[in-house]
Amino acid sequence: MLAFVWLTVITALRVLGRNRLRAGLTMLGIIIGVGAVIAMVSIGEGAKQAVQKQIATMGTNVIMIWPSYMTIGGVRGAQGGAVTLTVADALELKKRIPLLSETGWLIRSTMQIVNGSRNWNGPVHGVSPSYVTIRDWSFSSGGSFTQTDMESAARVALLGQTVVENIFEPGEEPVGAIIRIKNVPFRVIGVLSPKGQSVQGSDQDDVVFIPFTTAERKVFGTLFLGSVGGVFVSTERTEDLADAAEQIRQVMRARHRLQGEQPDDFTIRTQVEIGKVQEGTSETLTVMLMIIASVSLLVGGIGIMNILLVSVTERTREIGIRMAVGAKRFHILIQFLIEALTLSVVGGCIGILFGVLAARLTTVIAGWPTIISSDTVAVAFVFSVVVGLFFGLYPANKAARLNPIEALRYE
Amino acid sequence: MNPLIVGEDIWKVYRVGDVEVQALRGVSVTIERGEFVAIMGSSGSGKSTLMNILGCLDQPTKGGYRLNGVEVGQLRPDQLAEIRNQQIGFVFQSFNLIPRTSALENAQLPLFYRGLPLKEQRTLASAALQRVGLKGREHHSPTQLSGGQQQRVAIARALVTAPSLLLADEPTGNLDTESSQDIMGILEGLNRDGMTVILVTHEVDIAAYASREIVVKDGQILSDRATKGRSHAVGA
Repeated sequence: MLAFVWLTVITALRVLGRNRLRAGLTMLGIIIGVGAVIAMVSIGEGAKQAVQKQIATMGTNVIMIWPSYMTIGGVRGAQGGAVTLTVADALELKKRIPLLSETGWLIRSTMQIVNGSRNWNGPVHGVSPSYVTIRDWSFSSGGSFTQTDMESAARVALLGQTVVENIFEPGEEPVGAIIRIKNVPFRVIGVLSPKGQSVQGSDQDDVVFIPFTTAERKVFGTLFLGSVGGVFVSTERTEDLADAAEQIRQVMRARHRLQGEQPDDFTIRTQVEIGKVQEGTSETLTVMLMIIASVSLLVGGIGIMNILLVSVTERTREIGIRMAVGAKRFHILIQFLIEALTLSVVGGCIGILFGVLAARLTTVIAGWPTIISSDTVAVAFVFSVVVGLFFGLYPANKAARLNPIEALRYE
Repeated sequence: MNPLIVGEDIWKVYRVGDVEVQALRGVSVTIERGEFVAIMGSSGSGKSTLMNILGCLDQPTKGGYRLNGVEVGQLRPDQLAEIRNQQIGFVFQSFNLIPRTSALENAQLPLFYRGLPLKEQRTLASAALQRVGLKGREHHSPTQLSGGQQQRVAIARALVTAPSLLLADEPTGNLDTESSQDIMGILEGLNRDGMTVILVTHEVDIAAYASREIVVKDGQILSDRATKGRSHAVGA
C-alpha cells in the first residue's frame, strides 16, 4: 500500500512536471487564495493585538462616565457643554456602589507649559490621585502626588513623555524642576511611563497631571467649582463591569432627577464595551477578507477540477490499460485524487510562502503590525488539502467509473 | 483437473438506442490448460466481444463462464480487476503501453496493482523484459522503441504476473512481417513452456501458429478444429 501511494505520488509529480505551465496556472488560484488567507489573517491578528494593547492602556476594569449634551428648551448643547457631572457625583457613586474599588475624576484644559526658554502647548489634566491609579500609570522617574497634595492644592505636576521631550533638553532631569503652567509655577515630582496611542488615536503621553483642586482653584479658573470633565471608576473583577455600569446609571439618574422618558445627561462606557467595538471592527474586516480569500480558493478548486477533467479525458486510454492489467476503481480514484492533492498542496505551500512574504512586506513597508501564527499556516494548509480532495473527487470518481473496454477503445 | 476455460451458452446483447444488438448468440467453448487457440472471424463477427468476456473485461448477458473453476458472470468490477491482475495477461493490437513511461515501469504495472514491494516489482519486470529479449532497454520509453519492441514490452507486461491465460488481440496487426514473426515466435515459446494462449486474429498465416482454430461468425461458433500448428517450424 505504501509503495502504491509513493509510486502514485511520483507518477502524479511526473505527469504535472510534463505540463508545467498548465500545472502552474492551475495552482495559481490556490496560491492566491492561500496567500491571501495568510496575509489577511496575519494583518487582522496584528491589528487586533495592537487594539488590545491600546485598550489595556486605559487601565484595568475601567468604567468612564462623561458628561453628555444637555437639551435646554429644545436646543442641544455640545457634549460636555454643561455642568452635569461633579465631584459630588463621583463621591456619591463611591458611597453607594460597593462594587467600585476606585473612584477618580478629572478636568481637562489645554495650556501653555513653560520650562525656561522652551514651551509647549498641551493638555493639562487636573486629576484626583486615584485617577492615576485607575489608569495604571506607572512612573519612569519620581512618583505620584498624594491626598495631602490634593487637599492643600499643591503646585506639583506629573509630566507625560511627550511633554518632557518638548520642554526639557535631552538628558536633563525633569523631577525637581520648576515649570510654569499658565504662568503658575509647578514643581515636577514625577515623569509618567509612556503609554503610546489611545484607542481613539491620540497621544496619551502628551499630558500634564496636576492635582484636581490645584487646577480648579489656581489654574483653570473654573466657573463652577466641583464640575468635572469625566469620572473614572474601576471594579475588582471584569465580570462586575456591566453590573457596576448599570448601578452607576441608576444612581446618576436619581441624582440628576431624570424622569422616565428623559435621556441620560451622561455617557457611560466600560473598557469591555470599547474593546468589543474595536474588536468588532477588526473582526468585520477579517471576515470580509476571509470571504474574498475563500472565493479565490473556490476559484482555485474549480481550476483544479477543470484541469483534472481534461486530464481524465486525455488519459482515458491509459486508465483503460491500467484497468485491464488489474487496477481496481480504488486505485484509479486514488491516482487522480493524489494528482489533485499534489496540485493543491504544492499550490498551498507556495501560497503560504507568498502569504508570509506579503505579511512581512506589509509590516516593513506600511508599518502595520502583523502576526503570522502557526495556527494560521496550519489552517491554510488544511484548507488547500480540503480543496484538493473536494474538487478532485468528482474527476477522480469519473475516471474510476470508466468502463475498461470503452476506455481501451478511446482514441 | 478441470479445464481452464468453460463457456456455456454465452450470450451478449447490447442495446444501442432502441436497437438490440446480439454480439454473441449462445457460444459454448472449453479450453484446456496449455492450449494455443486462434479465434478467427471477420470484423463484426463477435470475436472481440468473446475475447473481452474471456479476458474478464466484460461479462456475459446470459450464460456461464468459468475461469479456473470460478464463475465470473456475477462478479463485481473490482473482483474482475483482481482476476485480470492475477490470471490474465493482455496483448493488444495497438500495444497499449503507457506513454512517456519506461519499458521497465510498463512491465511493472500489473505488479504495482498487486501491491508488491518496489524492489520485487523491478526484479520480476526485468526478468520478463529479458525473456522477450529486451535486456538493456529497460529505461527506454515507448517512443524510443520500434513497433516490434513495443509489442515485446507489452508481452513482458502480460507475462510478468505468470498468468494462467495470455490473451493476444491481433498482436501483429500493426507490425511488419519480420516483427510479426518475432512476436509470434515469442508467443509460441511461451505456449511451449506451458502457458495457455488465446490469439484473436483475422489473418490466416498468423492463426496458423495455433494448434486449434475457432471461427466465429455472426455471434456463433462456425467451426472449432485442431490444426497441426507450426511450433516446430519457428524454433528452427
